[in-house]
Amino acid sequence: MAYIPHTDDDRREMLAAIGVGSLDDLYQAVPAEHRFPDLDLPEAISELEAASELQALSEANLDVRHNACFLGAGAYHHFIPSVVDHILRRNEFYTAYTPYQPELSQGTLQAIFEYQSLICNLTGMEVSNASHYDGATALAEAVILALNQHRGKRHKIVLSPAVHPHYRQTVRTYMQGMDLKIVGDDDCCRGPEELLPFIDADTAMVAVQYPDFFGHIVDFRRLGEVAHAAGALLCIVVNPLALGLLRPPSDFDADVVVGEGQPLGIPLSYGGPYLGTFTTKQDLVRKMAGRLVGETVDSRGQRGYVLTLTPREQHIRREKATSNICTNVALMALASAVYLSVMGRQGLRQVAELCYHKAHYAAAEIGRVPGFRLWNEAEFFNEFVMACPQPVAEINEHLLEHEIIGGYDLGAEYPQLAGHMLIAVTEMNSRDEIDDFVAALEEAAHD
Amino acid sequence: MTEALIYDLSAPGRLGVSLPEPDVPLAPLPAGLTRDVLPLPEVSEIDVVRHFVRLSQLNYGIDTGFYPLGSCTMKYNPKINEDVARLSGFAHTHPLQDPTTVQGNLALMYSVQEWLKEIGGFAGVSLQPAAGAQGELTGILILRAYHRAQGDAERTKILIPDSAHGTNPASTAMAGMQVVELPSDSRGNIDLESLRAACDATVAGLMLTNPNTLGLFEEHLLEVARLVHECGGLVYGDGANMNALLGIVRPGDIGFDVFHFNLHKTFSTPHGGGGPGSGPVGVVSHLVEFLPGPIVEIVEAGDDDEAPLYGLVMPARSIGRVKAFYGHFGMHVRAFTYMRMQGKSGLRAIADHAVLNANYLRARLRGTYHVPFDRICMHEFVAEGKWDEAPGVHALDVSKRLMDYGFHPPTNYFPLIVHEALMIEPTETESRETLDMFVKAMETIAQEARSDPDVLHTAPHNTPFGRLDEVRAAKELVLCCRPAWLEGAKAE
Amino acid sequence: MQFPKDLKYTKNDEWIRVEGDQGTIGITDYAQDQLSDIVFVEMTVAPGEQAAKGAACATIESVKAAAEVYLPVGGTVTRLNEDLPKNPEQVNRDPFGAAWMVQIKIANPAELKDLLDAAAYEVYCKERAT
Repeated sequence: MAYIPHTDDDRREMLAAIGVGSLDDLYQAVPAEHRFPDLDLPEAISELEAASELQALSEANLDVRHNACFLGAGAYHHFIPSVVDHILRRNEFYTAYTPYQPELSQGTLQAIFEYQSLICNLTGMEVSNASHYDGATALAEAVILALNQHRGKRHKIVLSPAVHPHYRQTVRTYMQGMDLKIVGDDDCCRGPEELLPFIDADTAMVAVQYPDFFGHIVDFRRLGEVAHAAGALLCIVVNPLALGLLRPPSDFDADVVVGEGQPLGIPLSYGGPYLGTFTTKQDLVRKMAGRLVGETVDSRGQRGYVLTLTPREQHIRREKATSNICTNVALMALASAVYLSVMGRQGLRQVAELCYHKAHYAAAEIGRVPGFRLWNEAEFFNEFVMACPQPVAEINEHLLEHEIIGGYDLGAEYPQLAGHMLIAVTEMNSRDEIDDFVAALEEAAHD
Repeated sequence: MTEALIYDLSAPGRLGVSLPEPDVPLAPLPAGLTRDVLPLPEVSEIDVVRHFVRLSQLNYGIDTGFYPLGSCTMKYNPKINEDVARLSGFAHTHPLQDPTTVQGNLALMYSVQEWLKEIGGFAGVSLQPAAGAQGELTGILILRAYHRAQGDAERTKILIPDSAHGTNPASTAMAGMQVVELPSDSRGNIDLESLRAACDATVAGLMLTNPNTLGLFEEHLLEVARLVHECGGLVYGDGANMNALLGIVRPGDIGFDVFHFNLHKTFSTPHGGGGPGSGPVGVVSHLVEFLPGPIVEIVEAGDDDEAPLYGLVMPARSIGRVKAFYGHFGMHVRAFTYMRMQGKSGLRAIADHAVLNANYLRARLRGTYHVPFDRICMHEFVAEGKWDEAPGVHALDVSKRLMDYGFHPPTNYFPLIVHEALMIEPTETESRETLDMFVKAMETIAQEARSDPDVLHTAPHNTPFGRLDEVRAAKELVLCCRPAWLEGAKAE
Repeated sequence: MQFPKDLKYTKNDEWIRVEGDQGTIGITDYAQDQLSDIVFVEMTVAPGEQAAKGAACATIESVKAAAEVYLPVGGTVTRLNEDLPKNPEQVNRDPFGAAWMVQIKIANPAELKDLLDAAAYEVYCKERAT
């Protein structure tokens, strides 16, 4: 019995102290006819055997360490400095609970305060919460905030089609019990200018992405002006790593900036756990869902940190809470705080520039291969779309033979863009890798 | 003993990490779209490491000592889980890779789905919800979608006991449903008369935590489920307290239609200082098609020579995605490893020893602390942190004084139906010696409450930090620090 | 604990001072004591707005709790206490004076009959304290 320290003597003495004869006697309240089911599960194995089994299972996968990766679409293969995981492995961090007893949790609390500060400074926004589950749920929470802000009197959200498809689907799932219209994202190629006609007095919020799902970088100042003139909030979904190079979204007068923090020191891990960042202007702080860490002092006059504005949260306000969220992803927020601290001002800029230059090199080289054409017309960061001469699935199959994980088949989520591949390039792709990728595409085009 | 903020350790020009020079031609940067000022710190690697190591030393974790937080199941987090989750084949796979290239991941997720089905007594499981609270929202949305599919759109009410965790009514409101609160009876169960009166054709379902937040198995559970089903409603189970039920009873067998599991409680994945968690949802057969997705299914059966082919499938009438990708895969790996090692007999032993430990503490403490619902408990119980002979002493004071004895306090002020509640959940991974030491500390504190209450009021004394001023934090609201040089840089 | 005799009270711990057809509303000494240190007050109605008895008119937060303030009787909102959100601690210090929240023109004086007088409210508070 792994991790159970009791001896037979312990059990005997403890049962006597309780006043029952056997362990089975502890379950009188459980309906007798359903008690002690015979579970159809494998029997226990030792740690030695488990380690071996899991190793084999992990080897039944191709991974991005052993294959060049040009796949992005909301999750990216980036460099993670070795420091990050060493800190995450500190037992005091990962085996601690939510910091409800602040005297025993100043490590977590200060780390989260620093995370909030770093994210604010990166996005240019005034307050950040302690994180949401991911970018998709952060966007759903932003929609809820906008509806609350308008006290339920506005029933429309204008949503750009260039927001990640999973995020838009998540918003629709969350909102299915609410009286709400979500418009604007039915045409894949609708740019921000074409969203303007949808904004009216019933619009609670306009949401766009930066860089968008197709890699585009757009100036949203005009969109922000129109949204604000109509009394709507502007929400921008960001890739925080891109903000190492790009203008912060606060420049567009965004009210809410959410994002996916996975690029900041969090491994791909087949889709999770990731990091939902959530920031707003100061005046929205009380409408913000999730945990918040605030600065204060202790009884000895020392600066310290506590969870604050907790009455907003579910455990006090219950059905009047701004959200039901109970956990944040504290350990992932810590990872990103360590990442941003060790990368720092220069490092993050360098990484962002490497991504930018390598992506532009790749786009230029692939553009030269007959049959491939760059679809993007506007500026892009580190992702771009290529129209392909063959179905994307076939090209990707060919690429796998060369131990290359190809880009994302846009036809899956955008029927108008069948035959188009979304390609991501990061600092992890050397020039040789990119050249090999181009050569393999050339081969695939000839098949 | 305060630790400087990371910005205080910064000096212009310091580099924490080295990166390669660009090996490609430089493209022109996008005009008008680049930033001039990037207000991040500049700290060397050694200072970053020392900073975060020192911060970690200000924390108390399960690996530091006993952590009897009721309803949180602070059991030991096995170290093998951490190693396995970091294997390259798991940690470095991209969620959008072709399924044929990640059959190991899909097989693992499929097993976790199947094992949770078996443990819970359910016909379908989705691993997508990221945490218990999200599992709840998912569950309520499933109930809603089911009733609407039956043509029962007037079923908008969710019945919730007053002892429930705050996420229950909050999740209900988020789903656009109406909360109806039900009182508890004197033994801590749902009041059957109130339930009977509330069950009608406008009820979508009942949300129930079992064992409940008092650590007690709902004594009339079968009757409760029958009443709800009879009026056409469904029963949602909050599985926060599943640790007491592993191998003891299956929620699906005793009337639960939808149920969420907490991998970070019952299945040993670490709490991380407040997440990430993972909240898979299990359902009975008529609700399988509404599960959030995608979920893992066998798309081509295997045989003696070949393993089955796994794929990702969206259930036919799914409520939709509740997040991007497939859920907290890193936690699925840890839970898989845990369940695989425990096996059938191990899971039963977990419940047995969790319930044994809780009842042992209850038996040892009931003479010194009033236990309002004093019957055989499950994996946790609630005591009152107050005495008539010690007026002015509250549960909070007892909790803070426990820190001086090297223990993390139990859960305070929850459930709301007990005054000055101390909810104590030892879990199965604690030895009898640890429990005895905890009892000794609790008994000492009970004496101090009478003889020297001031030492409780001003506790903790032996920790790096004293009590923190929460009023000041809420009033002055400092949520972010900015580097001093930022203001100067902006002016340029 | 104060229970001014010239006021009327609700079971949700609001008080109302009636002067002609004008009603001034706030929360009681008992309420502020239960909530403990108030850190935030926000009015959720605007002057000119018509609101019914029981409509929410303000939100209060303390460190450990949050509460809604409801109108004891219906009417048209005439004035809000603009100073209170800047000094939420007034609710603890002077709940019946400086911490008034909302003033209304009472629509239907008959609704006042359903409210408690000071003596009845004091009894109600004592019952709850056990």
